[in-house]
Amino acid sequence: MAEPDEAKEKRKIKAVAKMKEIMTAYYIEAKTAEQAGKKVAWITSGGPVEPLIAMDVIPVYPENHGAMIGASKMGIDLCEKAEAMGYSSDLCSYARADIACAPVNGGPIGGLPRPDMLICCNNICGTVLKWYEVQARHFGVPLFILDTPFCHGEYTAEVARYVRGQIDEYIAFLEKVCQKRFDHDRIGEVGRLSVEGQRLWQAVLDTAMNRPAPLSAFDAFFHLALIVTLRGTQQTVDYYRMLLAEMQERVAQGIGAVPKETYRLLWDNLPVWYRTKWLSEKFAAHDACLVADTYTSAWCGALRYVDENDFLRTMAECHTRIYLNIGIDQMAAQVMEMVDKYAVNGIVMHSNRSCKPYSLGQYDIQRMIQEKKGIPTVMIEADMVDARSFSESQIDTRIDAFIEVLKERR
Amino acid sequence: MKQIDECRAVLADPYGYAESLKAQTGGKIVGFFCSYAPEEIIVAAGGHPFRILGTGEKIRRAETHLQSYCCSLVRGALEDALAGRLAFLDGVLFPHTCDSIQRLSDIWRLNIDRGFHLDLVLPVRLDSPGARRYLLDVLNRFRAELGERLGTAITDDDLRAAIALYNRIRAALTQISRLSGDRPGLLKGSDLHQLTGASMIMDRGALAPLLEEVASELEKAQKGPGETERKRIILAGGICNHPSIYGFIERAGATVVGDDLCTGSRSFTGLIDENAEPVAAIAQRLLERVACPAKHRGLTDRADHLVRMAREQRAQGLIFFLLKFCDPHAFDVPYLKAALGEAGIPSMVIEAEDRLPADGQLGTRVEAFIEMI
Ligand code: SF4
Ligand code: SF4
Repeated sequence: MAEPDEAKEKRKIKAVAKMKEIMTAYYIEAKTAEQAGKKVAWITSGGPVEPLIAMDVIPVYPENHGAMIGASKMGIDLCEKAEAMGYSSDLCSYARADIACAPVNGGPIGGLPRPDMLICCNNICGTVLKWYEVQARHFGVPLFILDTPFCHGEYTAEVARYVRGQIDEYIAFLEKVCQKRFDHDRIGEVGRLSVEGQRLWQAVLDTAMNRPAPLSAFDAFFHLALIVTLRGTQQTVDYYRMLLAEMQERVAQGIGAVPKETYRLLWDNLPVWYRTKWLSEKFAAHDACLVADTYTSAWCGALRYVDENDFLRTMAECHTRIYLNIGIDQMAAQVMEMVDKYAVNGIVMHSNRSCKPYSLGQYDIQRMIQEKKGIPTVMIEADMVDARSFSESQIDTRIDAFIEVLKERR
Repeated sequence: MKQIDECRAVLADPYGYAESLKAQTGGKIVGFFCSYAPEEIIVAAGGHPFRILGTGEKIRRAETHLQSYCCSLVRGALEDALAGRLAFLDGVLFPHTCDSIQRLSDIWRLNIDRGFHLDLVLPVRLDSPGARRYLLDVLNRFRAELGERLGTAITDDDLRAAIALYNRIRAALTQISRLSGDRPGLLKGSDLHQLTGASMIMDRGALAPLLEEVASELEKAQKGPGETERKRIILAGGICNHPSIYGFIERAGATVVGDDLCTGSRSFTGLIDENAEPVAAIAQRLLERVACPAKHRGLTDRADHLVRMAREQRAQGLIFFLLKFCDPHAFDVPYLKAALGEAGIPSMVIEAEDRLPADGQLGTRVEAFIEMI
């Protein structure tokens, strides 16, 4: 039964407009950086952005660009272009789409602004190393690699020393490229804003602990953009404060993201960008709300290691111990914490052929959760940007069957 | 040559070989992945290093742990482990290479309870000031941890002896591959493949003299007649455990005069300084040897190396041999092809899984390429 327009209107998150405004202004600023005499750095989503903010460099995120390409359904075309350039169709579709955009200024926003430097942190995957090498050769600009050793288990003293040393090297790199001194007071301020932004983002996500949850993972996928791109700015802090207030208001009024929230689910892996609307309607039609996800929470997961008064030192640990750079048993433990915290009844896992570090190991994580938490899980085979890997009928049937299982258990 | 036959027998049944070696000597077999594994430390600890490459058996058990978009090396190795075919291993070493190996290590640790499990998280960026210190730190940690697992304290003298042994092995392999490149027809590509393949499996103490004999026999042998007519090809890529690929190339009228394979020259190039502090010397070789695409050492390191090698070997073409779903190698292909093209060296790509693509098709592609160059 269709929801009356009035109720639908009430359910819409007001902050969306503000977010669109900020992101548009941000991309305009980035694209006109050269005229404004500012430098642009391309940086990976798990990369250390705060020193860039402190140096007045505009950070640009090819992965966010990849997400936009996916959401605007330009993924297949660009992936095919990359394949024509010789890149295998088995490679990460963010990388393929971005690599294909660069030489022709393609994609939804006519290409990203030309970088003055590239900052790659391999804490999310080995793909970004290869991807940034490609772009460094293409643009002929300096590349800084922050090498964060994978932590199968503990965070050892030698890893801590190694990564901390590279942070100093990173600062020296920035001083050289920007030809100005690094402002150590400024980084203190940026660091505090970054941590505050992350805390607020966590608080926003935490409002989903309420029944009904005022926002779903699909909303989080959208509102995530700022904590990724403009972490460490006052604007981001202000925005999430506003969003948090709106969520608290929705909680007070009992407004849920899904009209009749019956099942509370957790989403694992990146979104399926070209199908978020379809998926969100599909789950909503079953009265299921995705109340939490492992993806958007990754940008505040490192909070446990941070000391905002000694930002540079703790930055090393925060970047090294993020969600994708740890063993699958530790990942499963974090998922199980979320299951309890958000009172989750079931898990939807996106087996994403683009992202090996996120997806390989998922079957084991799935088993661990089933054993320890006894909740049902479903695996969806797809890709975050390349829609050729999405089979609607198969996924439709899987989700229906999954909901049936949830129903029986009620 | 009887030595080559010996190697062929080892490679025909590497697991059987390891089992009987273990039965005869009571030695500890330490499995490893990747050519960055510091085998010298394993030998110094009295262990026997055994490179795991999988046997290409049908994937059944691994199917419930790894998706189909994972390379056949990782899936195949896990399959063998889950099926108990690797029960002879006393432990396994996982050097960090790529996203797939990193997750294989996790899955293995949680599902295979036999034997010890060690990770060695090497630096990815080899050309940074901190990388050497960090590499040294993790190698020293590995030395201590392995010694503990094998119930021995690894001394500097143990390390020196192992280094000397590996220098003999690597010097002999380098000489053999140089000779076979210089004098095509002297040694078949598939025979060189048997030698390098066996060098990752066989008892290293027996291997060194075997390879030295081969080298000196080849040194004495005469150049085969008419072989100079053959076109000269370089083979590059990751894991190659398909000796038949050499057959395709040879039948098409060409010969492999050099390789940049993870199971080929990348595993044996570069000697270790025998006079330096041993762990530092091992680290030095790892930092300097020809890099693998999962590591970073400059933006054109691999292209420069391939072009140099092709020129030195007077190669007319290069064939990339890649495993499907191997990201690090696949990312490099376009730029390497372009750099080779600029240097006037045509190249082609063969992508395979644990089995080669249907015979006819592959043969025709290789033939067409070799005809063209
Ligand atoms: S989607 Fe996965 S493989 Fe691609 S850039 Fe992100 S973390 Fe890396
Ligand atoms: S073949 Fe490639 S993907 Fe597979 S383990 Fe080796 S480097 Fe990784």
